[in-house]
Amino acid sequence: MKEFDPGEAPSSIVSITDRVKQLPLGAAVGAVHFLGDRAFFVGAEESVAIATLEGEITRTETHFGAILCAASDGKRLVTGGDDGKLIATDAKGETATIATDAKRRWIDNVALHGDGTVAWSAGKTAFVRNPKGEEKTFEVPSTVGGLAFAPKGLRLAIAHYNGVTLWFPNMAANPEFLEWAGSHLAVSFSPDNKFLVTAMHEAAMHGWRLADNRHMRMSGYPGRVRSMSWSVGGKGLATSGADTVIVWPFTSKDGPMGKEPAMLAPMPARVAVVACHPKNDIMAVGYADGTVLMVRLEDGAEILVRRNTGTTVSALGWNAKGTLLAFGTEDGDAGILEM
Amino acid sequence: MAEASQKIPVTVLTGYLGAGKTTLLNRILSENHGKKYAVIVNEFGEIGIDNDLIIGADEEVFEMNNGCVCCTVRGDLVRIMDGLMKRKGKFDAIIVETTGLADPAPVAQTFFVDEDVQKNARLDAVVTVADAKWLSDRLKDAPEAKNQIAFADVIVLNKTDLVSKPELAEVEARIRGINPYAKLHRTERCQVGLTDVLERGAFDLDRILEIEPDFLEAGDDHDHDHDHHHHDHDHHHHHDHDHGHGGLKHYHDEDMQSLSLRSEKPLDPTKFMPWLQNLVATEGQKILRSKGILAFTGDDDRYVFQGVHMMLEGDHQRKWKDGEKRESRVVFIGRELPEQAIRDGFEQCITT
Repeated sequence: MKEFDPGEAPSSIVSITDRVKQLPLGAAVGAVHFLGDRAFFVGAEESVAIATLEGEITRTETHFGAILCAASDGKRLVTGGDDGKLIATDAKGETATIATDAKRRWIDNVALHGDGTVAWSAGKTAFVRNPKGEEKTFEVPSTVGGLAFAPKGLRLAIAHYNGVTLWFPNMAANPEFLEWAGSHLAVSFSPDNKFLVTAMHEAAMHGWRLADNRHMRMSGYPGRVRSMSWSVGGKGLATSGADTVIVWPFTSKDGPMGKEPAMLAPMPARVAVVACHPKNDIMAVGYADGTVLMVRLEDGAEILVRRNTGTTVSALGWNAKGTLLAFGTEDGDAGILEM
Repeated sequence: MAEASQKIPVTVLTGYLGAGKTTLLNRILSENHGKKYAVIVNEFGEIGIDNDLIIGADEEVFEMNNGCVCCTVRGDLVRIMDGLMKRKGKFDAIIVETTGLADPAPVAQTFFVDEDVQKNARLDAVVTVADAKWLSDRLKDAPEAKNQIAFADVIVLNKTDLVSKPELAEVEARIRGINPYAKLHRTERCQVGLTDVLERGAFDLDRILEIEPDFLEAGDDHDHDHDHHHHDHDHHHHHDHDHGHGGLKHYHDEDMQSLSLRSEKPLDPTKFMPWLQNLVATEGQKILRSKGILAFTGDDDRYVFQGVHMMLEGDHQRKWKDGEKRESRVVFIGRELPEQAIRDGFEQCITT
């Protein structure tokens, strides 16, 4: 990879790099979310940088240390840190502490529900707090690797070693356990609530069809899958981990079982992060060499948003309307593109 | 990919319950060295240094889904390393303290198996603290203690003030019967120079310069031939098989041994590499550590390799120097090693 010299991008690629508003943040970006028309760049540590399309940047201190996880419902941004704090930042940039871990453990994961309920984890414990402030906890056998709320009902998927536990915080029923050997990290429900997928510590994804818990093995990646995103309507699941975007088809009732994934936007660098557009069948793709592309899911047509600069693109995000795209990198560069 | 020197060094600190791990850790952290450490510990409370990052961990040993039974990693470490990398630049080195009953292999293997961990950090050395008074007993009744000695690059033999000279000689001989290659330091209250335990580069292929038993500690300056008790004599594997050499006892541990191979004739790389790979694939569960410096036929470069259980890494190191003896040396430390089969296999790789 390091010997590769791409020189100028091939002339066949349409470039809109000159339309990107450059935002030199100067601090590594871990995630980006839009609250309204402003992009909230979650730093790898300590602060959130809030940027407007005009390039104005303000900074909000949120954590005394690394920011380990972030989630947003479009109204607020919630971050967890190695300072044991779970912090909400609103659209104005004002912060409030949601929780402080009693043992000051790292807050490893966070997830938000549409009704305002927030879930987070520290060690083996998953916490859920509803908008009234009522808190419930659930302990899984090993450290929580990922959290996700189901699109319907109050149901929390907790990924851990050897499977995923589905917990209904408001019901007395026993949690459901989906077993699969290995360490499960990020977890996500399909938007139609029919499938659950996890990114594993191994270079593979795993999935279950929730109607019958049938397994879906999605393997063959050269590297760990660190980013996944559902395309509009949940038709496909775009994933990082290879030097093309691997998009698994979820249009049929069997999901990707027995089907080949689409392999789009091949580059001489590993895909680091993917973010599907909220309204159209396009996605933004960030690579380990700094390239950002927009890719049409239907035919793989590409538009260059950012040239390769050598450092990994670590965050991508769309606003809810799909009119703004933001990206951030590991060395603190960032940008916003108006469509 | 980052060069070895840019990767953050990781020291693994092991030792049986009560041997003095926490004492050593506090000593490292409180010394005025101007460095900042990220320390991954199993229990909070006993360590209280403001300047460093202290992270509590639950040891979670995960099997990898690659069909290799001994391929285990510390899942918690993978997660913690991910988080720590967000704070790059805030610390100079990482120390991982294991519980007293831990097997060091999953910790070490984490740094070989995980791509992201490997990109940012490098294993520096496994340091084992041993209790001079109780180690001999533990070697009899606690397989974990034996594992920790066998795995070590550096052994801090602590509490030497609590034993007599003959007792000390006894426990040292038992350590050497298992692992003659680790650097051994005799200490009271873990008073050891920091350079003796940190920045050792024990897993750095470029620093595999020599593979010689470490018998020449301070105060032990009499000359004797170390080789003969590893080679050229029958291995009777009964317990307490000791025989004196100039006052030094030599033990052969019943189930954990080291095995050293040597050839002054060059090795055939087309035979040696498949043999080695097959050996660790079939016997890797028994082989805790392996290391080698190799002279291949028709190759002017020294080839070096090292391994942990089934995992091997190797590379051409540098040109053989003029006048340097082109000798191949391979060392295995392991449990119930099939010694004769290994020796025979190695012989087959020598170019005739």
